[in-house]
Amino acid sequence: MARHKSGGDRLIRLSLLLVALSAISVLAIITIFIFEQGLPIMAKYGLKNFLLGQDWFPSEQSFGLLPMIVGSLLVTLGALVIGVPLGLASAIFLTEFSNRRLSGFLKPVIELLAGIPSVVYGFLGLMFLVPFIRKNFGGPGLSVLAASIILGIMILPTIISIAIDAIRAVPDSYREGSIALGATRWQTVRMVVLPAARSGLVAGIILGMGRAIGETMAVIMVAGNAADLPGSLLAPVRTLTSNIALEMAYASGEHRQALFATGVILFVIIMILNFLANLAARKQFRK
Amino acid sequence: MAEITSRKNIIEVKSLSVFYGQFQALKSVQLELQARKITALIGPSGCGKSTFLRTLNRMNDLIEGARTEGQVVFDGKNIYDPETDLLELRRRIGMVFQRPNPFPLSIFDNVVYGLRVHGQNDRRYMEERLFRSLQAVNLWEELKDRLEADALCLTGEQQQRLCIARVLAVGPEVILMDEPCSALDPTATARIEDLMYQLKEKYTIIIVTHNMQQAARVSDNTGYFLLGELVEFGQTNQIFTSPRDARTEDYITGRFG
Ligand SMILES: Nc1ncnc2c1ncn2[C@@H]1O[C@H](COP(=O)(O)OP(=O)(O)OP(=O)(O)O)[C@@H](O)[C@H]1O
Ligand SMILES: [Mg+2]
Repeated sequence: MARHKSGGDRLIRLSLLLVALSAISVLAIITIFIFEQGLPIMAKYGLKNFLLGQDWFPSEQSFGLLPMIVGSLLVTLGALVIGVPLGLASAIFLTEFSNRRLSGFLKPVIELLAGIPSVVYGFLGLMFLVPFIRKNFGGPGLSVLAASIILGIMILPTIISIAIDAIRAVPDSYREGSIALGATRWQTVRMVVLPAARSGLVAGIILGMGRAIGETMAVIMVAGNAADLPGSLLAPVRTLTSNIALEMAYASGEHRQALFATGVILFVIIMILNFLANLAARKQFRK
Repeated sequence: MAEITSRKNIIEVKSLSVFYGQFQALKSVQLELQARKITALIGPSGCGKSTFLRTLNRMNDLIEGARTEGQVVFDGKNIYDPETDLLELRRRIGMVFQRPNPFPLSIFDNVVYGLRVHGQNDRRYMEERLFRSLQAVNLWEELKDRLEADALCLTGEQQQRLCIARVLAVGPEVILMDEPCSALDPTATARIEDLMYQLKEKYTIIIVTHNMQQAARVSDNTGYFLLGELVEFGQTNQIFTSPRDARTEDYITGRFG
């Protein structure tokens, strides 16, 4: 009997392992494919030319990706500057300062926002935000600022819903202990709840960041896509993802390989950002 | 402070009732709590001991749907008056919980937490209070070299002592304890009881306990709750040797059904 049961367990374990392995191997194959396609051309023209070159003229063997690297980092940073404070504030309000009914109603609505296709965000940005920026701040409207705002809004649902889960996971006994010492609700949130929820909050921010740096469609629609270093927040900008999406359809030969190289660099940047964010989370916690 | 110590009763509870929605959890409770004594509250599960304790620092205010009637007079004022400063009230009447609940912060930050929320930021002063509070709960020698360590790494007993120190640091007059030893083993329990005895010198302690021996050992006065009613209240000796109410006797002798 016991033997039979453990046999069944083994079978389940084995099949789960197979599923996990196949998922991982698909990822691995994609990664290998990108690197295999992208690395040779980087080796041929030199990593330095890719990372620091400012001119992107693929037909003339000029593959400088610096404007796109800067562009991706800028709009991602901009999205975080807008999305993180708004997202955390919303999550704090919904969990700690509103009643269960309101947050029970709003959380699914916010999660629904995550399901809106990015082309819709891009379209709305193009219709309203871009003209607004052009009229009030000058420039073409299609800009770093427009992309940052749209991305900031797009990452809100991710940040809010993960932050809500993280804050709800903080045991009530901490809140009670704090209130019973004469702390206000806000002091309790700031000094106990948020520190206790920190790793979850950071996870939400990392996911939001990943969404922002990987987003393509909405960015293409509002960013202007000029392959030049942006001189200001109102200047157009092209991101790494846009670079690939805009040109992949007609690229061939070395041009095509250079787009894979763009993918390689994007991949590495995402790895580095994740690593840094995790490091920051852990460091703060140990303090 | 001197004024309070000269007064015999530090808290007077007058026809206090608590409702959770339709359900009445406390029925017109009336009693007087003596300063610098240990008062034990006993009774079967669900009889309203915790509810009563939480009325004394108005922690029931946090529960949605909870409603309180009657008066709790502390230091000459009804704490249910609208003008009561809740933050100050909770500083003066501290609370220790059933499960030790240190914050996920360092030992230092835990003890000075209350000082900080009450606007104290002077490092020297905080260190002084930290030293005195940890010494009062006999933790100073054990912990003085690792004040920056995470409080969650301590043993259950150390955590509960730390929670008591955290309360002492803000200079309370009354300490409410809701089954403070129920998560501890017997030796740790005995040591916490010793601690309560020491603290009695300076503080008024009110302790909820399921442990009859504990009530008999540590308390000066005992109240017996049943179904939201305070059935009997008096000196611990008297309650345990010659209870006036048959229901109290049943409970104390273990014949409670
Ligand atoms: N938040 C609440 N909402 C509704 N009813 C509650 C709430 N808290 C307690 N009660 C009810 O009030 C009554 C008294 O509860 P209380 O926690 O004060 O009992 P207790 O004597 O402390 O019990 P125990 O010994 O198990 O801790 C119980 O019937 C309980 O179900
Ligand atoms: Mg209780």
